[in-house]
Amino acid sequence: MSRFTSAWQSDFAWKFRRSPVAIVSFLVLMTLVLGAVFAPLVAPYDPFDPGSLNLMNGFTPPMEPNMFSGEVFWLGTDDQGRDVFSTILFGMRISLFVGFAAVLFAMLLGVTLGLLAGYLGGWTETIIMRAADVQLTFPAILVAMLIFGIAKGITPVEYRDQMAIWVLIIAIGLSDWVQFARVVRGATLVEKNKEYVQAARLIGRSKGAIMLRHILPNVMSPVLVIATISLALAIIAEATLSFLGVGAPPTQPSLGTLIRIGQGFLFSGEWWILFFPAVTLLMLALSVNLLGDWLRDALNPRLK
Amino acid sequence: MKKTMLMATAMSLVLGASASAETLKWARAGDALTLDPHAQNEGVTIAVMHQMMEPLILRAPDGNLQAALATEWSVSPDNPEVWNFKLREGVTFHDGADFTAEDVVFSFERALSEESDMKGIISSVASVEAVNDYEVNIITNGPNPILPATLPNIFVIDKGWAEVNNVVDVQDVEGGEETFASQNVNGTGPYKLVSRENDVKTVMTINEDYWGKDEFPMEFTDIKFTPIQNQATRMAALLSGEVDFIQDVPVQDLERIKTTDGKKVLTAPQNRVIFFGLNLSDELLGGNVDGKNPLTDVKVRQAMNMAINREAIQQVVMRGQSQPAGMIAPPFVQGWTEELDSYPEWDVAAAKALMEEAGYGDGFSITLNCPNDRYINDEAICQATVGMLAQIGVTVNLEALPKAQHFPLVNGLESDFYMLGWGIPSYDSEYIFNFLYHTKGELFGTWNGTRYSNAKIDEMTQAIAQEVDLEKRDAMVAEMWQIVKDDVVYLPIHHQVLNWAMDGKVGAAMDSDDQVKVKYFTVD
Repeated sequence: MSRFTSAWQSDFAWKFRRSPVAIVSFLVLMTLVLGAVFAPLVAPYDPFDPGSLNLMNGFTPPMEPNMFSGEVFWLGTDDQGRDVFSTILFGMRISLFVGFAAVLFAMLLGVTLGLLAGYLGGWTETIIMRAADVQLTFPAILVAMLIFGIAKGITPVEYRDQMAIWVLIIAIGLSDWVQFARVVRGATLVEKNKEYVQAARLIGRSKGAIMLRHILPNVMSPVLVIATISLALAIIAEATLSFLGVGAPPTQPSLGTLIRIGQGFLFSGEWWILFFPAVTLLMLALSVNLLGDWLRDALNPRLK
Repeated sequence: MKKTMLMATAMSLVLGASASAETLKWARAGDALTLDPHAQNEGVTIAVMHQMMEPLILRAPDGNLQAALATEWSVSPDNPEVWNFKLREGVTFHDGADFTAEDVVFSFERALSEESDMKGIISSVASVEAVNDYEVNIITNGPNPILPATLPNIFVIDKGWAEVNNVVDVQDVEGGEETFASQNVNGTGPYKLVSRENDVKTVMTINEDYWGKDEFPMEFTDIKFTPIQNQATRMAALLSGEVDFIQDVPVQDLERIKTTDGKKVLTAPQNRVIFFGLNLSDELLGGNVDGKNPLTDVKVRQAMNMAINREAIQQVVMRGQSQPAGMIAPPFVQGWTEELDSYPEWDVAAAKALMEEAGYGDGFSITLNCPNDRYINDEAICQATVGMLAQIGVTVNLEALPKAQHFPLVNGLESDFYMLGWGIPSYDSEYIFNFLYHTKGELFGTWNGTRYSNAKIDEMTQAIAQEVDLEKRDAMVAEMWQIVKDDVVYLPIHHQVLNWAMDGKVGAAMDSDDQVKVKYFTVD
């Protein structure tokens, strides 16, 4: 209880309470995340079970009964008769899972390489940072597509559907580690000459221990800020890849896949297939981004 | 001074109008796979090549055979195995070389060579001989009464050009080869190739020396062909005027185009049937059944055939722009009957019972290969099928790929379950048995990805090609259709309805084969 009170009264929480933008984006994000996590309980249908679909329900407008079955769907149905509301919830699970996992992967990789480059210097630094520079010259989405293409080529056909999600995570993660590495290296360069590090070195602690125990905790706050912003980017990257048809398989649509399907029906007036997934993606990315911005300001003592 | 200026402007306007250059900006979902005339027997590829190259006999948009590079043809009165063709005189290739009998002999030999994808169409041809410069004899293996109907897609190219450019051999498409002939054309056709970028655009311009320049409208002077895979983008391109003629019109957008000022839609029954092929060999490539193949049990195939709700696909996915099918031949093909084209009623319970009987009550899993830029709503049909088969316990992994990657999987026997569409340029059942039911080999069964092999069908396929007694031939064809229908070799889905959408100024000559022949087009 006292822990909660002290957290509530902390400087950080105070800043949060004073920022309506942060509160609103936090609420929106939490609603979406909870909806996605508890999708099997919340969603009225299971759109990933192809056996439960009825094609005759296809193209039902929102809140109108289907002309064959008489069923009503809140947000309508898509071309395969999937309930759009349920599909968004399940699709968001994929989007969020891929987003979080890809950022975690990029963070682990980037922070490790950044620490090594910054602390060890010399050849290690040259190799890691030049690799980072080279990768920065390619757009992230291109790198992700390249990795996705190679992975698809080497996995056997029957595992591709299951592998697709993991391949997406690795593809987006690998295209995103550079910014973590650059920031961590920069911060490490500053930290490694400070007295506490020199003291640790003098008493004979190993390089690994110094990096992990002493430097890492002190370079983490910029990493957290980048991680939040990367999360929004990773969600959009996943949507982009799926939109281009190289991401999540059509039978397990993510938000990007839904938008790709929906845009084929824009001219014919079936707007809901595109509109609702697109708005969901917008809310998701925007709330994460606004929270990231706020976090950056809140953690930076120089910005006021 | 002012007056002279005005006069000059008016003059130039008048002059400009009289020598008007009209470009047909043409788009469809996919690109030609090659420009080598004998490398790919595929609809889009052939449609593009028809503008630049010519066969001996052409199928005009009205469906009738028309003289092209041959002016007359007849069976020799002495020997029913010899067809005589009189060739058109005074025809030149795009590079100026004269068209003579040696080019015909060369092109047919090329079309019959090992790498050729066209050899199945003319499998009855034993040899081609030049009688003189403007006359050839085609000698068939046994009499072939329908030889002329098999010729409209066999293009003639210049022998000298092929030799100089080292393209005597046909390009190996499955092996990923690119040759001079796959990127360049030297034909006799009404349009000449200006430039080509694979999957981006192909530009053609009018052939001023074309022999039929006064016979055909030929009102478009230039053609710009652009593949646009995404259907919404293709629609937007038509509505905005970026292109003025599209094939593969998205069915959901027909109403929108019809109600847009200055745009129109032409509709006709299409010579194309869409179906699924099944791997009937001893073992599946993927899936969860080891050591045996559930698809070899005819009960499983019947169950799958019964589980597909063709009417739902017609109503929802195709929006009425299709005709559910029970055989893989469209109604205007010789050999089609209403009875053969009937399909089993959609009945999930009966299908489940059949699966149970076959010992697959718990189902099995399989991968479905599907093109996503070839047929109308191909991927959506496959997706709907995934759902329908799930109801009888068959778990389907869907893999949708562009046709350039899809077709090699089918032809390389690398698929257990695939979608294919078939048009029948000869309007005869023999073409279907020859390519799709005969045991797969060098000459026959070249598009048979099912591994189906039935000695009786093989024998009869070759027999009907030579049968001159038409009544007897019809009886044989009927018997063959019944055999393959009972065997459920393919799962037919529907006959496509053909839609072309265009700007009001395009006077298109529509044909059921979805083969565009711009020389018949007018500018309205």
